[in-house]
Amino acid sequence: MLQEFEFLGVLGAITLTIPVVTLIIAWLLRPKKPNPAKQETYESGIKTIGDTWVQFKAQYYIYAIIFVVFDIEAVFLFPFAVALRQLPLYSLIWAIVFIVLLFDGLLYGWRKGALHWN
Amino acid sequence: MQSLIDWVLSFQNPWLTEPIVRLLSHLVFAPIVAVAAPAALIILTWLERKIIGRIQNRLGPNRAGPFGLFQAFADMVKMFTKEDITPANADRIIYNMAPGLGVISSIMTFAVIPFVPGFLGADLNVGLLYIVAIGGLGTLAILMAGWSSNNKYSLLGAFRVVAMMLTYEIPMVMTLIVVTMAAGSMSMAAVVEAQSGMWNVVTLPLAFVIFFMAGVAEVGRSPFDLIEAESEIIAGFHTEYSGIKFGMFMIAEYVHMFALSFFAAVLFFGGWQVPFVDVSSWSGPIGSILGLISLLIKVFSFVFVMMWLRGTLPRFRIDHLQNFGWKFLVPVSLFLVIVVAVVIRMFAPGSDVSVAGPLSGLVPFGEWVALLVANVLVVVVSLFVVSRVARSSQDKGLRAVAAIEGVSAK
Repeated sequence: MLQEFEFLGVLGAITLTIPVVTLIIAWLLRPKKPNPAKQETYESGIKTIGDTWVQFKAQYYIYAIIFVVFDIEAVFLFPFAVALRQLPLYSLIWAIVFIVLLFDGLLYGWRKGALHWN
Repeated sequence: MQSLIDWVLSFQNPWLTEPIVRLLSHLVFAPIVAVAAPAALIILTWLERKIIGRIQNRLGPNRAGPFGLFQAFADMVKMFTKEDITPANADRIIYNMAPGLGVISSIMTFAVIPFVPGFLGADLNVGLLYIVAIGGLGTLAILMAGWSSNNKYSLLGAFRVVAMMLTYEIPMVMTLIVVTMAAGSMSMAAVVEAQSGMWNVVTLPLAFVIFFMAGVAEVGRSPFDLIEAESEIIAGFHTEYSGIKFGMFMIAEYVHMFALSFFAAVLFFGGWQVPFVDVSSWSGPIGSILGLISLLIKVFSFVFVMMWLRGTLPRFRIDHLQNFGWKFLVPVSLFLVIVVAVVIRMFAPGSDVSVAGPLSGLVPFGEWVALLVANVLVVVVSLFVVSRVARSSQDKGLRAVAAIEGVSAK
């Protein structure tokens, strides 16, 4: 089975050259006339006020935190899904309990207002 | 591919040992896979413009070459010869890496797609997990681009990617779990072979609908393209990109869309299967060619549907998008996983009483019908719950919509 990853290695090496070669060709062809006005940050024609890399809203990241719950669930559920037809009945019941518990986590976040976008 | 390796090995040449032959075959097929996907871009961009043009009552490109077919080459020349402007404040290393990573991640997904019977790049036994993992790299590339540009619009676009792609990844992974349960394997080749009796789209229609919606969101295409909503945040994460680096983001987007069409065809529409004909049993190349044609017809129909969606639907608002993902698609897909698991377990084969399902005698027709009924049941129950919630909601607009839909249903 491990030999299947050989192909991924070969493909990865070839794929890696595509953007590199593209960038080199573009670097050879394109004009290079930088000036300070051109290199300013684009802000609809006015000067940028303040720094970009400042504190930002945590709003977007609460979703990421809830996502982690389900990402791990998926990792546990894939082996269960593969073996489903060979498993005894109680393991199916436990899997359902597992999914319901995680759904409970989603409901908790929902109730706490983590899914409310403002 | 294995048959080809065996054929070369049959020469008994002392230099051609098995590892070397295998490496040679990889060196032949990997460039084909790696170049075919970006080459399809030429057709895809042309198709997109022609179709959107037709939908909007205009001709689309018709100057460069016959029917405007060479438009993509003209674009390529333009992008290569454009000046590449890097903002002075940008984080240069990450800024230059991001478009490359996007292209790599989108092309690498093609490694596990079974194109014809017996030929696919890498028959990974974790194929379905692999496409999720590599798809996640594309999100990372967008985040890198948005962060390193040091532009507020770019950063906002990148944040939206984090919020949106993560949301829609959960329903997508859940439908992949449903497919895994139906096939009993995570290998893409096994998934296609498991559909030789009946395509998954017939037995698991709801899973397909959820997969396709979540997939369109993952690819970031309209109506889920608010990561680059030009009316709100200019061009989103690639505001500061120009020249070929911008072009590489376009390549990544189109190849990603192409890959999603392949996944939809392979996971739900039987891949290279031809209806009522068992192509894999045919000897010689005709079966393979028929299989490939069948696969490509399916793939391009999905490509067409996605372009159709872009020409028809307006863009979502971000709070609507998040609500739809978290409060509807995620619970429904979890519910679907439970229901399908129970149904498949009831039809499990085996002689042992603790393992065999009570209805194992009715395989396969009983299982297909039961899965279909289960899917329809999930749709009915979830729509019923949604309409009840909407009617008793605090939100005036939602109540109004529920009232109108209630009237039209009667």
